[in-house]
Amino acid sequence: MKKTLALLLTTILALSLALAGCSSSTSKEKDDDKGGSNEAKGGVLIYGKGGDAVSLDPAIVTDGESFIVTQQVFETLVKYGEDNTEIKPGLAESWKVSDDAKTYTFKLKTGIKFHDGSDFNAEAVVKNFQRWAQSKDEAKFAYYASMFGGFEGDEGHVIKEVKAIDDNTVEFTLNRPQAPFLKNIAMPTFAIASPTGFEKDADNFGKNPSGTGPFKFKSWKPGDTIEVVKNDDYWQDGLPKLDGITFKVIKDNSARLNAVIKGEVDLMDGLNPSDISKVTGDDKLQIFERPSMNVGYFAFNVEKAPFDKKEVRQAISHLINKKEIIDNFYEGTAEPAKNPMPPSVSGYNDNIEDYDYDVEKAKELLKKAGLEDGFKMDLWAMPVPRPYMPDGQKVAEAIQASLKQVGIEANIVSYEWAAYLEKVQAGEAQSFMLGWTGDNGDADNFLYTLLDKDNIGSNNYARYANEEVHKLLIEAQSTADEAKRNELYGKAQEIIHEEAPWVPLVHSLPQLAGTKTIKGFVPHPTGSQSLVNVSIEN
Amino acid sequence: MFSYTVRRLGSLIPVLLGMAFIVFMMIRAIPGNPAQVILGQQATKEAVAAMTKELGLDKPWFIQFWDYLSGLLKGDLGVSLKTNSPVSEEIGPYLMATIELALIAMIIAVVIGVNAGIISAWFQNSWFDYVAMVIALIGLSMPIFWLGLMEQYIISIQWDLLPTTGRDNIRDPVAAITGLYLMDTLIAGRVDQFFEVIKHLILPGIALATIPMAIIARMTRSSMLEVMRSDFIRTARAKGMRMFWVVYKHSFKNALIPVVTVIGLQTGLLLGGAILTENIFGWPGIGTYIYDAILSRDYPVIQSGILVIAFLFVMINLVVDLLYAAIDPRIKYK
Repeated sequence: MKKTLALLLTTILALSLALAGCSSSTSKEKDDDKGGSNEAKGGVLIYGKGGDAVSLDPAIVTDGESFIVTQQVFETLVKYGEDNTEIKPGLAESWKVSDDAKTYTFKLKTGIKFHDGSDFNAEAVVKNFQRWAQSKDEAKFAYYASMFGGFEGDEGHVIKEVKAIDDNTVEFTLNRPQAPFLKNIAMPTFAIASPTGFEKDADNFGKNPSGTGPFKFKSWKPGDTIEVVKNDDYWQDGLPKLDGITFKVIKDNSARLNAVIKGEVDLMDGLNPSDISKVTGDDKLQIFERPSMNVGYFAFNVEKAPFDKKEVRQAISHLINKKEIIDNFYEGTAEPAKNPMPPSVSGYNDNIEDYDYDVEKAKELLKKAGLEDGFKMDLWAMPVPRPYMPDGQKVAEAIQASLKQVGIEANIVSYEWAAYLEKVQAGEAQSFMLGWTGDNGDADNFLYTLLDKDNIGSNNYARYANEEVHKLLIEAQSTADEAKRNELYGKAQEIIHEEAPWVPLVHSLPQLAGTKTIKGFVPHPTGSQSLVNVSIEN
Repeated sequence: MFSYTVRRLGSLIPVLLGMAFIVFMMIRAIPGNPAQVILGQQATKEAVAAMTKELGLDKPWFIQFWDYLSGLLKGDLGVSLKTNSPVSEEIGPYLMATIELALIAMIIAVVIGVNAGIISAWFQNSWFDYVAMVIALIGLSMPIFWLGLMEQYIISIQWDLLPTTGRDNIRDPVAAITGLYLMDTLIAGRVDQFFEVIKHLILPGIALATIPMAIIARMTRSSMLEVMRSDFIRTARAKGMRMFWVVYKHSFKNALIPVVTVIGLQTGLLLGGAILTENIFGWPGIGTYIYDAILSRDYPVIQSGILVIAFLFVMINLVVDLLYAAIDPRIKYK
């Protein structure tokens, strides 16, 4: 037995050495014919981004600049759809959920190897989850703690046990049902890493990552470039299409675009809305629009008069011209919002009809509330640009002008960002502007987090409490059936729309620019995606 | 001279200690808990508390300072809160990138600035003098990020002469050995890459050189004018010496002291002040490294980064002081 193992290991070693030799010789060939045509090969894509990765260990990072790299190297058990957050098979080819929604059994794909040559199997999955759950290291595995209610032994911990049934079957037993469970484990942070890698040298795993993904890590020049190269043993035939990806840090958005225009960079994220015309006016370039997973909103503190009256909130909903705001402050790169969650999230209720911009209707509603002469109010405006709100002050001024038409005098108030958040959370604001970017693409992460009575004092800044909504959201939380959940969320959105604790303003659309030769790139709403299907065509 | 050098090096210790203390206190005065900044807005309170504890930020400041100092004495610059790597390991490549850029920028600034200053003084009140000094004034007040983007737009994109960003051709990267790419390419025997690196240095070099160039030109001009009015120059000219020699040899040598001082100061400033140029030209330098650390409240990186720059600054000044004696034999060090 030992002998076979030794033989196997030697073979793997010899193979990987041979492969390493191959890959270095191909890269040398490329050096020699640089500038020439390379139609037979996929080519190397240069991806321009605004900041360096923090670490390449997906479990310990929380920032998009790291995830865009780790998502090429690592894969998750289940993954999101190409341009939405529906759950698709990943490293697991199928799964079964028990009737009480407490046991998830995953059938894993077979024959997959990590980049370091070790086998991907049920044991590897178990070891990854143990690494997080047993660490009890809130500082290091912060995302694990926040998505699964703490660590092993904690009262709120969701995952009771992860067990390898056989080589290709993993069973998760939960302490209590968690409806977004599948969406949670699809987050890039819960990618399955090679246990050989992180057990051997946990501290340096972030600099020498090893996963099962379509690309293998090659080199990292701090603050400058990260190179990944094609994984020739990738389990999906014919993929990846590229020979490699080089991530290049250019901090300034305009300078990054200059590099794309010059052809030094093939694809970039973080395009300034004001630079869009430069891209559309260049016949060598194309724009990619990332579906939105955020919401920018204007909300009322429903505990404070006169916003405790539904009619007043509805009246103001009729007064805000979202189209004008988008044209003037987002250069058109946003869609008007009618729900507290974006359409890319499953459960979105598209049947809801938005409050139309209608001053007369607003006047009627105010009259009903006994405020036909208007009133004075405070309008809190965000002091910093956020992805969902490029210029809070200007948008606040636009809202101020709209309100004046019916005699409402809004006084714009602002604080330094940290203080602003603190005060809004404490319920000091009468009305305020804010926004939210989704974590895991689940409706729960928008509706429950932002508008359930449980979260007053936390993220429910409007302090909106509605029993019926609460019941729907809690029921949806403990249902694993996606269709049933979507129905519940649909109903909750109807009530929220009618009650109008918020005026949802926009879902902003992040813009990317690339050369026309790029094919197969589909920007994902979560903010980063695998580039396994991308190719460069001359 | 030797004992002077040793004394100057000795006085470095209190200077650096003072620097370390001031920077230490200043960054702790910036509001914002590093743990919160690192974990982001959506972190739980427990996570923030755990991280604060793990980073040792819950200890009193004097214990933190003592820990930092005793680490420094052992050559330990601390561990980055963000990346969890030792600063002494991380800082090297960033520092080398900035040194290479700053050197090129200083060469551009000195060659153009000094000559423009000399010629302006030589032909005082001529059209050249006026034009050069107006350009110097514009250079002083030019926003660097605007200049950088314009350079990219006109020189690289419109005229297609030079690359816009980076230190090398990303599609055919240089293997880093010393971190100074001009040397690395020569060590690797890749002459084509050497020229590639030079091409990448020109635009950011010019952007970074603009302000020192203007300052050096103005300083050279006024210093030269003073010398050229002195008696020994009048004598030299009366003896029929050729004007070129009068200007470039006799006058310039005597006008050099303040010019060298300015050059030294500017070189030091370039090391830390290259942030805008680095941001625009995708240059992975130390300015950006420290700037990012400030945004993420990465205390050890800010502290040690500034300390390293302060050290270089003092060393450059030492070199400048030693140069005085070589330039002007009347200056002696005891």
